[in-house]
Amino acid sequence: MLNRYETAFILTPVLSEDQMKEAVNKYREMIDKFEGAKVIHEEKWGLRKLAYPIQKKSTGFYHLIEFEADGSFINNFEIAFKRDERILRFLTIKLDKHSIAYNEKKRAAKEGITENASLKN
Amino acid sequence: MATSSDIRYLTPIAVDTKRKKYCRFKKSGIKYIDYKDANFLMKFVNEQGKILPRRLTGTSLKYQKKVAQAVKRARHIALMPYVGDLLK
Repeated sequence: MLNRYETAFILTPVLSEDQMKEAVNKYREMIDKFEGAKVIHEEKWGLRKLAYPIQKKSTGFYHLIEFEADGSFINNFEIAFKRDERILRFLTIKLDKHSIAYNEKKRAAKEGITENASLKN
Repeated sequence: MATSSDIRYLTPIAVDTKRKKYCRFKKSGIKYIDYKDANFLMKFVNEQGKILPRRLTGTSLKYQKKVAQAVKRARHIALMPYVGDLLK
């Protein structure tokens, strides 16, 4: 059964640019390799200040991946996150119909497809 | 029998405090509370970063649970502090 998930994760700031890209690609490929799963949307918030220090670091690279996958995929997806020491923190959420609609509306509004004022969600 | 003028109230009669509270999510039709936009969630948290109770905000039980879950998720990915002097 195909569910919609959204994973937000934080990379440690000490990474160089290409290490950071490589880390993100690793997870994107994991999703693409798993049959039936596909990445829907990706967001890079870049370097942001953390509200509290994690592992003695006060800033981190935020990254967001929204994807569709079968439920069984999530377990080893998260094990990969746990093992990777470049990841400070990760959070995987299953999206229900309200959150899917919310994300779609935000994307549409951001791309300016809907010319009228971004309607109050 | 104490005449009315002798009666002294310990606390002044609060007449106007009983304002009808309403659930802002039901009124504005918000269906999903996103855990990612922290400054929207800051409205439901007091200065120390604690979640405001329903009796103060007046939100309905269904949406209060969504707010609480969103705040806890935001705290987990360090968008909001667990404890801190927020708006000072």
